Amino acid sequence: MSSPEVIDRILEAPPPRHALRWIGLGVAALVFLSFATLDLRWSDFLSRGAMQSLGRFAASFFPPESSPGFLRRTLDGTLETLAMSLLGTLLAALAGLALALGASARSHDGHRSIATPVLRGATRTALNVLRSIPELVWAALLLIAAGLGPFSGTLALALHTSGVLGRLFAESMENAPAGPAFALRARGIGRLRVFLYATLPQVWPQVISYTLYRWENNIRAAAVLGVVGAGGLGQMLYYHLGLFQMRESCTVLIAMVLLVALVDALSYAARRWLNR
Amino acid sequence: MTTASTTAQRSSGSDPALPMRWATVLLLAVMLWPLAVLTEFRPWILFDERSLSSTLHFLATFVPPRMDAEFLLLLARETWRTIAIATAGMTLAWLLAVPLALGSTARLSISALAQPMGLLPFAVRTALRWTMVVLRSVPELVWALLFVRVVGLGPTAGVLAIGIAYGGMLGKVYAEILESGDPAPTQALLRNGSGRLQALLFGTLPQCGSELVSYTVYRWECALRASVVLGFVGAGGLGQLLDSAAKMFSGGEVSTILLVFIALVALSDRISALLRRALA
Repeated sequence: MSSPEVIDRILEAPPPRHALRWIGLGVAALVFLSFATLDLRWSDFLSRGAMQSLGRFAASFFPPESSPGFLRRTLDGTLETLAMSLLGTLLAALAGLALALGASARSHDGHRSIATPVLRGATRTALNVLRSIPELVWAALLLIAAGLGPFSGTLALALHTSGVLGRLFAESMENAPAGPAFALRARGIGRLRVFLYATLPQVWPQVISYTLYRWENNIRAAAVLGVVGAGGLGQMLYYHLGLFQMRESCTVLIAMVLLVALVDALSYAARRWLNR
Repeated sequence: MTTASTTAQRSSGSDPALPMRWATVLLLAVMLWPLAVLTEFRPWILFDERSLSSTLHFLATFVPPRMDAEFLLLLARETWRTIAIATAGMTLAWLLAVPLALGSTARLSISALAQPMGLLPFAVRTALRWTMVVLRSVPELVWALLFVRVVGLGPTAGVLAIGIAYGGMLGKVYAEILESGDPAPTQALLRNGSGRLQALLFGTLPQCGSELVSYTVYRWECALRASVVLGFVGAGGLGQLLDSAAKMFSGGEVSTILLVFIALVALSDRISALLRRALA
């Protein structure tokens, strides 16, 4: 190959990207249709009267309610939210590990049976269903079985998160080097101990960091789950907003934002410490 | 084989870390107790006779899913509304995020080229950054709750909620992406007297354009999920339908809606992956 040819090829115009034009058109059409078909009431919202009522609405939040009794109740709600997110994430990590074992099942030489692919397919489907239904929808459905209160919120968090974590754990188990597990299995050691002493130590750092990451997400979710009656700060907010007690709502909102900020900072610090 | 198994048996009682492991488990159990109390964690109420029978009744009505034409038509309309709320909300978020990101990114700062950034530009950028923090630290569901009080029930509240919460999020991430690339091309342009727009278009965007697009598509996918959830506070779409169906214990409707929802999420997942591959 002579050098002018190489230079010619470098200087050639890049291939035309027709796909881009179609994608752009598609996006524009989607946006246009969305705005056209929704009965958005901008005039109600942007008119002068609406602006004034919006201003009055915003002003009614201040000053936030700060009587000791209410602050105490808000603190209880905050602790409840925190506990819901912690317990939900922990349950999800355990369930996720169990499901990930099924979803990452491999058949080994000599043990070729139909059971393995069936187990794999079934657990993967279960993980997908658990994952694609949001926490809030789970909570709304669980109210029937578990009643109002933080218990159904905790279960809802656990169900959705175990789908997410199970998939992530299954991926890391599949990517873990097979050597240590094989070495133990070759010596005739049972499945449980192969998992405990070979596979689990290898995926442990990933398990911890994924779980921490999901905890961070779950605390946000736990704060709003109460809107459907599943406990925590969300339930307080929904209750006080419903009664138009704006100053109380404002205190709850502040607690929510502070809680999320605190957990963000903690989780960031924990991850820095773990990745040292 | 015999030797191998006897070795395994002999070593089984002598895990050197065993006391430590038990101590950790015990410590965790002690820490779990207050959590269980706070969350009123009583799994046995799930198996309590009354709640079990009502749950089983509800679950039994899940099959067959309701499939008559009238309901399917309603479902199709609400599904489109969900998609439309997500898309319109994302458009609003994008319109909000672009000025915020361009205003707050340090990459396009002229005064920062030679010395530490000037006091006024620094103050403006910090103010914009804090605006975005406030916008995104209130969850979209809470924004929706507030807007429902102002503009009433309906999709307007959902669009505004997604637009504001996601506007803050997109703005922050856009600014971070703009700052993540190699600063040399942009700075070279700015130092040679080009305007900020030129520096952005020819120095910064060519490096990180595809990353910006792929993050936007990913967020659209998230907005679709969020718009279902927003229906629960009265912002219309699939969520509202699901909420009323669950409250009326009509399991057939609930299962159809859930199936449609799972299909919608899977579809948006696929489309988003396709788009990201095509635009990369």
